[in-house]
Amino acid sequence: MSVLLIAEHNNKEVKPFTLNAITAGSQIDQDLHVLVIGNKADEVSKSIAQVPNVKKVIQIDHEIYENYLPENFSPVIIKQAENYSHIVCSANTFGKNLMPRVAALLDTSQVSDIIKVISPDTFLRPIYAGNAFATVKSTDKKKCVTIRPTSFDPAATSGGSAEIVKAEASEATTLTKFLKREEVKSDRPELGTARVVISGGRGMQSGDNFKLITAIADKLNAAIGASRAAVDAGYITNDHQVGQTGKVVVPDLYIAVGISGAIQHLAGMKESKVIVAINKDGEAPIFSVADYGLEADLFEALPQFLEELNKLNTIQK
Amino acid sequence: MKILVAVKRVIDYNVQIRVKEDGTGVVTDNVKMSTNPPDDNAVEEAVKIKEAGKAKEIVAVTVGEDKAQETVRKALAVGADRGIHVKVEGIIEPLAVSKVLQKIVDKEKPDLVFMGKQAIDDDCNQTGQMLAALLNWPQATFASKIEVKDKSLEVTREVDEGLETIEVNIPAIVTCDLRLNEPRYASLPNIMKAKKKPIEQINASDLGVDTKQRIEQIKVEEPPKRKAGIKVANVEELVQKLKNEAKVI
Repeated sequence: MSVLLIAEHNNKEVKPFTLNAITAGSQIDQDLHVLVIGNKADEVSKSIAQVPNVKKVIQIDHEIYENYLPENFSPVIIKQAENYSHIVCSANTFGKNLMPRVAALLDTSQVSDIIKVISPDTFLRPIYAGNAFATVKSTDKKKCVTIRPTSFDPAATSGGSAEIVKAEASEATTLTKFLKREEVKSDRPELGTARVVISGGRGMQSGDNFKLITAIADKLNAAIGASRAAVDAGYITNDHQVGQTGKVVVPDLYIAVGISGAIQHLAGMKESKVIVAINKDGEAPIFSVADYGLEADLFEALPQFLEELNKLNTIQK
Repeated sequence: MKILVAVKRVIDYNVQIRVKEDGTGVVTDNVKMSTNPPDDNAVEEAVKIKEAGKAKEIVAVTVGEDKAQETVRKALAVGADRGIHVKVEGIIEPLAVSKVLQKIVDKEKPDLVFMGKQAIDDDCNQTGQMLAALLNWPQATFASKIEVKDKSLEVTREVDEGLETIEVNIPAIVTCDLRLNEPRYASLPNIMKAKKKPIEQINASDLGVDTKQRIEQIKVEEPPKRKAGIKVANVEELVQKLKNEAKVI
């Protein structure tokens, strides 16, 4: 038995969720190899080789892999998969896009979005937006598994010295062409890994009003999230969406402002350690998961909140 | 151009689901069911493309028990021309669904296949990508914008970093995000008209597809409950609690 993990990276750096996936992968089996498919991604391979849990790095380098199209990635993964019992990667948009294509080619019924490794063939995964947990056992010989990154700690990034071997590229796809990526650049912590997240919902009433949230995020070094309603209304871009079809976050502190708390939103944040809800509707479902609820008009509460925070000098960064 | 749209019947998104006491699943008896929400977006997009004169026919397909037909009927009421119901009992995994859909694609020869990016019951997010793999077609997943060109689609995808735009050759598979469009409601006359539109019934077993489960569901349970919290009187108290009790700031 051995595990092949598909690394997510941008050809320069490893994406943080790859480290969480490595932790889960090595719980399935200690013999964990990482496949780095990219374009001039030597630095990525070198840094993954230093992760103590990684036994071997396989690097496949070609310009056709610059933009991680699944049509290009799948054939090389299939070729490598021969020697492994498990193919795994993180269950974010990278892995969700890629893994089912791989699984179908291997004739494997994929296990998506696991939150716990019970044994090498048995896993725990949330269903119905996290309103139920299913224990599932894969009976396929080769298993394809995606990992909910926030349910596993990131692996240590130094101390290891895995060997790096090179493997051959496959032919380029003619089916799909990458055109562009519009990344939202920000100096803030990433939503998925931030210690504090403050999110706004429909109650914010406009994109401009998100500046009230930004001011507090600056103070707490927080990432900014949003409900689907706020994204749909155009207050903020889609990369901020927390929920069943957006991102799952598990920060130490989650502050929900003007968010009613539909089950689809709760699916993305209810595992947070401490939840604060600020909402003027005392009956809003968000209060049912909040450790601290404040029934108040957010346009009064947020400026006061900032003022109170400014009085503290102990804010953890 | 011909568009095949796949729709799934799921527990309505507004229903607070209940786990069965014997741990075999969730309660579905007397529970409101509807079309998986992003599948509605897939139907809507197909109808819009047809209305723009870029598609001639829309075929709606579902895979499931008898009642799954309701979702096809709904698609017919908002603009699909005819329906296909592939009958299968019990749990059917995305891999098996994609194999069934592959057979339907072989038969119908559509230029595009649309479906929601994820079903809100099993939250698997697999079927479209798997179908693309089996057909060796390109895949445009999590689509929030689709532009139909001559022999290709330009698709904007919602990804973790923001937005990505790709061009996929036709034939192609597109999985739709909730932000792709605003699904319309069917008018009463159209609901009546839809009753006359044909739905072809096919047994999955007649397609020669093995739909046996590969994943054993051992147990379904309630997630751990959060401890009830408290309401604070004002912002000052909130900040004091966060600092001194929760110790998170």
